[in-house]
Amino acid sequence: MSSATQSNYKPATRTGRITDYVDQRVGGSGIVREFGRKIFPDHWSFMFGEVALYSFIILLMSGTFLTFFFDPSMAESVYSGPYVPLKGMDMSVAMNSTLHISFEIRGGLFMRQVHHWSALLFTASVAVHMLRVFFTGAFRKPRELNWVVGGVLLILSLADGFTGYSLPDDLLSGNGLRIIDGVIKSIPIIGTYISFFLFGGEFPGTAIIGRLYVLHILLIPALILLMVAIHLFMVVVHKHTQFPGPGRNDRNIVGYPLGPVYAAKAGGFFFIVFGVIAFFAAAFTINPIWNYGPYDPSPISAGTQPDWYIGWVDGALRLMPGWLFGVPLEWNIPLPWGVNTLSLNVLVPALIPAGIVFTLLFTYPWIERWITRDDREHHVLDRPRNAPTRTAIGAAGVIFYCVLWAAASSDLIATHFKVSLNDVIYWLRALFFLGPILGFIVTRRIALALQRKDREIALHGRETGRIVRLPHGEFQEIHAQLDEYKRYRLVSFESPKPEQGIPNENGIVTKREKRRSKLSHFFFEDRVAPVTPAELAAGHGHHEEITAGDGTKQVSH
Amino acid sequence: MKALSRKRRHPLAAVALLVMGLMLTGGLYAVVTTVNEAKADTTTYSSEQVNQGEKLFVANCATCHGLGASGSDNGPSLVGVGAAAVDFQVGTGRMPMQMQGPQAEQKPVQFTDSQTSQLAAYVASLGAGPAIPDARYLDGKGDATLGGELFRVNCAMCHNAAAAGGALTRGKFAPALAGVSNQHIYEAMVTGPQNMPVFNDANIPPQNKRDIITFLNTIESQGSPGGAQLGSLGPVSEGLFMWIAGIGIIIVFTIWLTSRTS
Repeated sequence: MSSATQSNYKPATRTGRITDYVDQRVGGSGIVREFGRKIFPDHWSFMFGEVALYSFIILLMSGTFLTFFFDPSMAESVYSGPYVPLKGMDMSVAMNSTLHISFEIRGGLFMRQVHHWSALLFTASVAVHMLRVFFTGAFRKPRELNWVVGGVLLILSLADGFTGYSLPDDLLSGNGLRIIDGVIKSIPIIGTYISFFLFGGEFPGTAIIGRLYVLHILLIPALILLMVAIHLFMVVVHKHTQFPGPGRNDRNIVGYPLGPVYAAKAGGFFFIVFGVIAFFAAAFTINPIWNYGPYDPSPISAGTQPDWYIGWVDGALRLMPGWLFGVPLEWNIPLPWGVNTLSLNVLVPALIPAGIVFTLLFTYPWIERWITRDDREHHVLDRPRNAPTRTAIGAAGVIFYCVLWAAASSDLIATHFKVSLNDVIYWLRALFFLGPILGFIVTRRIALALQRKDREIALHGRETGRIVRLPHGEFQEIHAQLDEYKRYRLVSFESPKPEQGIPNENGIVTKREKRRSKLSHFFFEDRVAPVTPAELAAGHGHHEEITAGDGTKQVSH
Repeated sequence: MKALSRKRRHPLAAVALLVMGLMLTGGLYAVVTTVNEAKADTTTYSSEQVNQGEKLFVANCATCHGLGASGSDNGPSLVGVGAAAVDFQVGTGRMPMQMQGPQAEQKPVQFTDSQTSQLAAYVASLGAGPAIPDARYLDGKGDATLGGELFRVNCAMCHNAAAAGGALTRGKFAPALAGVSNQHIYEAMVTGPQNMPVFNDANIPPQNKRDIITFLNTIESQGSPGGAQLGSLGPVSEGLFMWIAGIGIIIVFTIWLTSRTS
């Protein structure tokens, strides 16, 4: 900016004069120079954070439209709109105004569906983005804190999704709120008080919709915006990570500058995301509240589930037995002030699985760092196969989640695959415990096998299927050697070795060190070492004369 | 009054009172429980129909339901189930049953309409039961809103709020109601086929059954205002759709955007 003030540049055109005027006052060219030259690497899996950001922007815009017409009141009213099967029905003003938006406001139903579909895409893309970050090890130093910010964003988006889902006061969401009420009431001693405080009296009361509305449109979105700002700021500070490749290391970044390539791509990508959501909203119905009818505490519909991102908690509740081996899980405990009920059959499934997942999620960067004692900065990503144990842990987590999600749709699995509902529950109970373990073992084996395959290809090249007969009668298959660029990706990774416990200054290996050593063995005992240059030289010499003429197979780019 | 008060300490007074009380209770009970069967006598079948029905019954149903429809280990007695039960079970193809299972599955109808009504005539002749419903309750011109409310309170917990069906325990299920005729819906309510409870006329009066039928007709004929319904299965199909179609399409675009022309 300071250099701009002394410039004697005289713009020739009218547009030039205007832009120069603005630039001299706001320093736009400085900003463009700084941000326009930020380099971003190219990989399709890096774009899900962007998808999340764009669907959040779409949520803000469509949500603003909906607030113009939605009335978050639980006052009683009679529906008199055009939807015949509800005409003359008593319902809350919230439900009435949602029906009004759906059937009378021009474009209202479309905007409602845009809002809800983009909420599903938002949470899904946040999840995919986090999985990408986890599986590639992008959470390692210096990005641990940004990983935590991302975790907070995930929880905030779940919270915003759930509060929004409850707003129309329809039968489906009312049943969901009732489950939340039950979970809150299962908290020992104080649960009932919290529930009465939240609902302003006994469920459902007349206050909850208004309260959820304030959370949904004001508090949580503001927190999300704040967290997004921190998240993006840290991305700029840390720079983006990159996949391993020739010429890429922890001190550089290989890719295209933000301007003009990425600015154009990102701008276009926003409209692609918007287009996909708009197409869904126009062609596929979502949350048809007119089917569910207004909330009434007495009825419940078959096939009642929360949206996918809350579904796993519902699934845990469905899997939990009320009795275990003849012992009830609900006790009435006499206390000095009266009898309190301890409902472990609700408390345990509602809190434990979510507790495990979020605790591991938030602490994982430090767990791995403690085990590896790796204090270096990492800007080059791991290919998932090159970190077999981490990949296996991630896969176990995904399976854990999917089992619970499937449990939330146990009734639909039963009817659509014509199996017994009880059997579905029994199988999923078994999978709840065994699925993650099996998933862990199988994934780790697959990762190690892929590493061996890479090693094999790096050393001996790819089998071409061409058999050559040598002059002395021997048959040999021709192996096509990889070009150096491709081979680099297969050999340039780190493979930590399991570590023995290190004695402290007094020469004692502490219990903590021993635990660390055990975990280190658990993580790295099964390993496939990357090919060394010496091995490479030895491996090549063997095939040199045969593969010399096979240059056609090499692809460069 | 004086005569009554003089005899109230008579040794037989307590007995007389007990008899009177029992008769009153029993009589009221008889009246209440026959409300549902009040229409049993409205349809009359010719003896020819009954005879033809008996022949069909012996040939097709007696293996399980026993001769004289008195039941066996494989099937319940049909005495008193009424013509409505036969019309529903046979008219929707559930009977004769293909095989024993958690519940009788729907399949192509095995008998013609006249054969079905002959079977119904025979079973109705065995004992009073719910008859074929009166056409005035099946016209679908009732109150759809009230019908919707009754449906959500009484039916939706098994059949789903949008009548898309739902699961019951151990392989049993409540079927989707789209495409079921009004008469069969009514008959199902009064006879409670498979695992369905009976909604007799004291529970849901015929007028309200008509409202429920009206509601079902309305939601079936109006279509979906918001686009394809994805099976009316709620958030599960919506979530799956977003994960498979939504994320799938987005991935295709991300690959396209980050691909380089080499």
